Amino acid sequence: MSAGDEQVAHATLRGVTRVYPGITPVHALGPLDLDLARGEFFSVVGPSGCGKSTLLDVLAGLSPPTAGSVRFEGRPVMGEVPDGIGVVFQEDASLPWLTVRDNVAFGLRRAGTEPAETARRVAYAIAFMGLDDFADAYPAQLSGGMRQRVCIGRTLVLQPRLILLDEPFGALDQQTRLLMGDELLRLWRETGSTVLLITHALDEAALLSDRVGVMSARPGQFIDLVSTGWARDRDSRVASDPGFGAITARLWAALRPESIKAMGRPAL
Amino acid sequence: MTRAKGIIWTRVALIVGAVGLIELLCRLGVIKPLTMIAPSQMAFELVRMIASGELTAPAAYTFTEVGTAFAVSVVAGGGLGALVHAHPRLRRALDPLVASWYAVPFFVFYPLLVALFGLNALPLIAIGVIFAAPAMMLSTLAGLDRVPRVMRKVARVHRLSRAQEARLITLPSAAPHLFTGLKLAFAYSFIGIIAGEFILSGGGLGYGIAYAYESFENRRMYALMLFVLLIATGVNGALHVWDGRLARRLGQT
Repeated sequence: MSAGDEQVAHATLRGVTRVYPGITPVHALGPLDLDLARGEFFSVVGPSGCGKSTLLDVLAGLSPPTAGSVRFEGRPVMGEVPDGIGVVFQEDASLPWLTVRDNVAFGLRRAGTEPAETARRVAYAIAFMGLDDFADAYPAQLSGGMRQRVCIGRTLVLQPRLILLDEPFGALDQQTRLLMGDELLRLWRETGSTVLLITHALDEAALLSDRVGVMSARPGQFIDLVSTGWARDRDSRVASDPGFGAITARLWAALRPESIKAMGRPAL
Repeated sequence: MTRAKGIIWTRVALIVGAVGLIELLCRLGVIKPLTMIAPSQMAFELVRMIASGELTAPAAYTFTEVGTAFAVSVVAGGGLGALVHAHPRLRRALDPLVASWYAVPFFVFYPLLVALFGLNALPLIAIGVIFAAPAMMLSTLAGLDRVPRVMRKVARVHRLSRAQEARLITLPSAAPHLFTGLKLAFAYSFIGIIAGEFILSGGGLGYGIAYAYESFENRRMYALMLFVLLIATGVNGALHVWDGRLARRLGQT
């Protein structure tokens, strides 16, 4: 199943499969097609082990597709992460030997950005992520949510045009996740970036996204694409909208048989 | 008083108490001077030897050997660790050898080392390296094994070259284990060199202790032993403090 129009697509996947070689090769993903429109907030939900993170790795250029093609801004993604793509990982990827400030500045310094410009953008990113009081702290002195904000700040400061997030709030409590979701929406609105969010939380996907792709059990393919119809200027309060329950219910209706299949149980 | 300060003061009290007890037993004659001299006499003799310059040559000799063995061990052990980490097949081949390394009494190879390097400091330095390099190699392997996979992805997302990844991601990430390797490499170099001097050498602090022992020069022997003890605990203590600071910064305490 494909989505969007390739003419205006920011990133596209065509016939992408990913098979992990080995004594027993594992067919993790596809074949699948996907078009991400520029400035779109797209979420991916699916049962555990369905290849969501593999999809992100393939789209980011961290893992090559076994078959098919990946393009970002019209150029093929091959062998390395293209300029303009930022990735936030599920695991804590803050660099524990650097302060918050140095963590956020990491990518800019590698890119050879002018020190004054680096300082300006880092200060903005730190303020944007609400880490002003912790700029000189080390990650070990921060909570899990704050460390994840450091990682988001490190990605944001590079001003990526496509932000890929792999379950970035997976380790956080529900309240923090809602607030972080609001921050993510604010970031998305202000930067105009395209966002692809991998999540296992249906409510999170329904609340944050323009569209949600539901993946089947492994090998992961899109079995449903749900447009939420939310206004761009939204936040976690859309959870009280009557449509929110309907979207979540549709996502679960598509996902439930796949989750049962992924658990290796017969349909109930 | 904080808990940490309490522990430090308890530690100091234990050491001072033990030294004080030995001092008392020596002064009362319970411990005969031929067996052990009082700690204060050891300290006075050590100060006298330092002031007179008697200690300069053997200490310089030993420290040069230890420093050389330590540096070679860190470079060779660290390099070998990185090489083995990059080649899993080589690692599987080396595993049993490394596991039984410290079961081998390497001092028996001294004649071979003399034949190879000549009658100078090199055979002893080689023994120091033989003791210390595997510890550095194993610590390097442990450190590289524990670099989280996500850190490799961070390096790729920032399009770092292999050299940049090694310098900016891998080395700092593996730093706690590498630091443990440095501590062990120093300790093993020091032990290997002093023990080697004691039984195989014609110079250095180990030789000085053995010579004084055979000549019944108790004051000199104990002063040298005290010096070796102070150096070993001093360097180890300094490394321990650094290690603690590093661990606290990385949130590993």
